[in-house]
Amino acid sequence: MVLAMSENEKKKEINRNNFLKIAWGAVAGLVALEIGGVTLAYMQPRLGDGEFGGMIEAGEVDTFPPGSVTQITAGRFYLSRLVDGGFLALYQRCTHLGCSVPWDQVQEKFICPCHNSQFTTEGDVINPPAPRALDLFPILIEDGIVKIDTSNPISRQNYEHSQVVYA
Amino acid sequence: MKPEDTGEIPSSVFDRMRKTLALSGIPADRRGRMRMVVDSLILHIHPTKVNSRTLRFTYTWGLGGLSALLTVVLVSTGVLLEMNYTPSPPDAYLDIINLTTNVWFGSLIRNLHHWSGNLLIVTSVLHLLRVFFTGGHRPPRELNWIIGVAMLLLVLGANFTGYLLPWDQLAYWAITVGTSIISYVPLVGEWLNRLLLGGPEVGAATLLNFYALHISIIPVSVVLLMSYHFWRIRKDGGLTIPKKPGEELPKKMESVTTIPYLVRPELMFAIAWLAIIFFWAMLVPAPLEGIANPLVSPNPAKAPWYFMGLQELLLHFHPVIGAVLIPVLALTALFLLPFYDVELKTVGVYFRSRRGRYLAIISAGLSLLISPIWVLLDEYVIHWTMWFPSWPTWISNGLVPLTILLLGIFVLTGWIAKLSRATLEERVLVIFVYLFTALVVLTVIGIFFRGPGMELFWPWMMPGH
Repeated sequence: MVLAMSENEKKKEINRNNFLKIAWGAVAGLVALEIGGVTLAYMQPRLGDGEFGGMIEAGEVDTFPPGSVTQITAGRFYLSRLVDGGFLALYQRCTHLGCSVPWDQVQEKFICPCHNSQFTTEGDVINPPAPRALDLFPILIEDGIVKIDTSNPISRQNYEHSQVVYA
Repeated sequence: MKPEDTGEIPSSVFDRMRKTLALSGIPADRRGRMRMVVDSLILHIHPTKVNSRTLRFTYTWGLGGLSALLTVVLVSTGVLLEMNYTPSPPDAYLDIINLTTNVWFGSLIRNLHHWSGNLLIVTSVLHLLRVFFTGGHRPPRELNWIIGVAMLLLVLGANFTGYLLPWDQLAYWAITVGTSIISYVPLVGEWLNRLLLGGPEVGAATLLNFYALHISIIPVSVVLLMSYHFWRIRKDGGLTIPKKPGEELPKKMESVTTIPYLVRPELMFAIAWLAIIFFWAMLVPAPLEGIANPLVSPNPAKAPWYFMGLQELLLHFHPVIGAVLIPVLALTALFLLPFYDVELKTVGVYFRSRRGRYLAIISAGLSLLISPIWVLLDEYVIHWTMWFPSWPTWISNGLVPLTILLLGIFVLTGWIAKLSRATLEERVLVIFVYLFTALVVLTVIGIFFRGPGMELFWPWMMPGH
């Protein structure tokens, strides 16, 4: 009984005046959301063709001997050809704080100058503080030419065989 | 005394001009001087009369005024710099070279802007400390405290976005490291980072984004908030009134006219500081390294100096804890300070009481001792991830040390408070001083003691110097 009463009272509270207040509030909220959404969409990254961020041709398959790491400076990545002939395109950006990781030919690993993170030829972490393996770019091999799409680096926890691309 | 009061048109042309510009000199009488403050656009940010106690320099140290002065210097020099700058690589860098070699006084303007920006961080922080130590954040001044902290964040944002604009190696990698910290925010970090950078890494889009933030969005926000900050000082009844520990304020206090008792020292202070800034800018050039090279990171790659405390935290904690949880907790505690630290009796007393002064010194001393020891232990002795290999690192190298540290601070300060029979407000003071000192220690270690590979070195044995 008491419950029903209080519900009745609540119903009474939504009169014309209250309804308009709520409606105006909702419209104002909607407008704010729209403006926010438009601003965010406007701020989205815009990438140009031909530069880093677009499709990069690394070269013919045969120019990369198995077991080699080649830096492709235009695409900010390393083309790593594993011993079994498979390809990985490793983004040079350290997953810790974004430094550029150089390839150390003598020790055969990537060593970051900033915080000494180290990575294998597959990009796996050997030494922290890097929290995960180097990011990958998708590889496309057409007519014996290795092409890399640098628009969107793919983050991964660690190396898996399924990430390797074969000619 | 005042020609405009007579209602007559002066006979001389120059007198008529002076009358229009209200340059008839400072009135000799008290009433006229008060009138002048009310009538002036600039001066009316002040009341017509001020409590003579609040004029004591060693109470405020002029830190708010100095920050405002630096803002004026920054806007003036910033507008001049805009006329010799293109926000696009590589022109941005070439423009700086041109500015410092070919443009008349180009170096001076750039140095003034650079050093004023850096100094503004220091004066803003000191101003915050002064207000906290004298209880200026307490009711009814809660809102002005919150606006002040917001402005401090904007000042950091202004410095950070400005850091990128010269487009040299220093700028490029400091911004790379600094923005990478954002990407550790759970769920939205990567997205937020890309939004700010305008792409996957610092590039042309980043420079344009930062330029827009630096020359319009942030300064406009600062100037709006600053105006409101000044207005609120008056709405909240002026400055807090300095007191000795235990002193009761008399019912009737002496007040003096703003002209000349407040305006004169303000002008003298401003002129003296302008002279200091100019001398500094003439003698010490702003740093400029080689042009930004995205392929080669310098070793070590450091964030701007004011974020080195944060980067140091990142060396000791999992990023979600070090870069996100701890800063968010600290900032929340800072913003909400005026709602849990509310004792009104000690407003105006430096460090709350005589006991508060000793406690503040003891707390700072303990933090000076414990913080470096903890850094050394964590660097060389403690290996959380190796000790708890099966736990996720955000627990083993995150929540575990954080819990130990927070418990340690809680127990330590509780013990000090109990021994000294400190009140609640004195305990808040002890914790604040402890944490602030720790931040200073971490920042100093990050700036001066971290070398190649971010390993610890003595500053005088730093490799490559």
